[in-house]
Amino acid sequence: MIIRPLAWQRIVWVALAAMTLFTLVVLFFIIGFIASKGAHVMTPEFLFGMPERMGKEGGILPTIIATIYITLLAIAIATPIGVGSAVYLTEYTRESPVTSIIRFGADALSGVPSIIFGLFGFILFVIRLRMGWSILAGGLSLAFMILPTIIRTSEEAIRAVPYNLREVSYSLGGAKSQTIVRVVLPNALPGILTGVILGMGRSVAETAVVIFTAGSSLLIPKSLFDPARTMAVHFYILAREGLSMERAYGTALLLIVAILLINVVAYSLMFRLTRKMR
Amino acid sequence: MREKLIERGLLLVAFSALAMLFLIAYFIFREGVPLVAKVGVWHFIASTHWAPSRGQFGILPMIVGSLEVTILAVVIGATLGLSCAMFLAEFAPRGSVRVLKPMIELLAGIPSVVYGFIGVVVLIPWIRRTFGGPGFSVLASAIILGIMILPTVIAITIDALNAVPPLYKEGSLALGATRWQTLYRVQLPAARSGIIAAFILGMGRAIGETMAVIMVAGNALTMPTSLLEPVRTLTSNIALEMGYASGDHQAALFATGMILFVIIAILNTIALVIARPRT
Repeated sequence: MIIRPLAWQRIVWVALAAMTLFTLVVLFFIIGFIASKGAHVMTPEFLFGMPERMGKEGGILPTIIATIYITLLAIAIATPIGVGSAVYLTEYTRESPVTSIIRFGADALSGVPSIIFGLFGFILFVIRLRMGWSILAGGLSLAFMILPTIIRTSEEAIRAVPYNLREVSYSLGGAKSQTIVRVVLPNALPGILTGVILGMGRSVAETAVVIFTAGSSLLIPKSLFDPARTMAVHFYILAREGLSMERAYGTALLLIVAILLINVVAYSLMFRLTRKMR
Repeated sequence: MREKLIERGLLLVAFSALAMLFLIAYFIFREGVPLVAKVGVWHFIASTHWAPSRGQFGILPMIVGSLEVTILAVVIGATLGLSCAMFLAEFAPRGSVRVLKPMIELLAGIPSVVYGFIGVVVLIPWIRRTFGGPGFSVLASAIILGIMILPTVIAITIDALNAVPPLYKEGSLALGATRWQTLYRVQLPAARSGIIAAFILGMGRAIGETMAVIMVAGNALTMPTSLLEPVRTLTSNIALEMGYASGDHQAALFATGMILFVIIAILNTIALVIARPRT
């Protein structure tokens, strides 16, 4: 039997629509499921209370603080390096073997699995450099992990700055470095921020790196050298050891809400940027 | 003079990603190589016995487990992801794509531990009821990883399809081809390298994923013989035992990481070769 092309198209349409519907249902089910089970756990006592009996009872305040510290530290380390690399790649060189080697480095680094960053951070920072399980070791390891993201997005943002803005600065006697700092970077800022915020989201979500470099202490960290447990690690331990399903759902919901908010900010910045360019 | 210094400084900074890559490889290999040399390469990658307390370090079941789980996950993720991307890019009403695509991209940010958790509370009981067995299995890991890579695969595939010059599509339609014929015969081949890149990125995420897999794989040390049996991947082997390992045992975990490193490098190289546009 020969199926006519238009009939074929109709069959394919139905099949693809069914697959699409299925995919969307599965993806949104995950959020809906966590939200419905976790919503009632989200009380002020849970968010701002200290954990009791290893997290079986009480709140998750120390893990929220630890997550914020480690994420900010990772960003603070990775941003200058990432933006600096991007400035060099876009403003100081043409495409050459050197730039392709640098790009290869960034691409290959982005393909390294997180557990490897964890192993590396553990052996170098925790053991050899004697930092112990600490905010510092965790933040440094995460900085390695998010660097490629920041380089990539910054590079694109800087490349999108119109060339004549630079020419105006040069014609007014601006040096190259002045032009970059006063003209190029301010104009590329929204794009650079997008990369930084995406890196932030990845740091908040990461478990494998942090568990081996920052440890899993439930005390509120007071210095860079204190061990700490992030929300993602706390959730993993609660769920895996079956300590408290309720609190696991609550922590998961807070984690998802935080990451979705972070990513919404990043994407809306990117959206505004691309609209301005048109 | 000052400008020259700034340029030199930035060049150094620009090499930092590459330097980090070497630093990571150096430290992983420095810990791992002596152990592999001690027990022998062949024993390490071809023996099926992993008993660190008795000095047996064979990781073959984990290599097989990792590859099995990853391939199956990519098959699931690619089938669903490609269908979804084709539908959204070509058949769905324009407005719905503008809303759905960013939403799908946002889902890429959901932490992997959450996917693992959903696997434990929803998927595993379902597999146990439907197919029997322990539930914790190759199948469960592959499904969870397949779903996890969906957002990435969908978003990049849509971009690849949209990047095909509209002239190709218009030409084909003008010749009387249906929209499906155009999509299948013209747009998909033209977007080929981008789509393959999407699958490869998904594959990289799947083979490197640790926490989600630990939660649903069952982590048994045996060679997986059926999809419904528990399995241990390279990544979960590292994460499960790192907490208490020391001496040769710890070195063996670094060596496991080394093998993972090598496998990913090989996969990426193959990917680069395949994805290179035909000339």
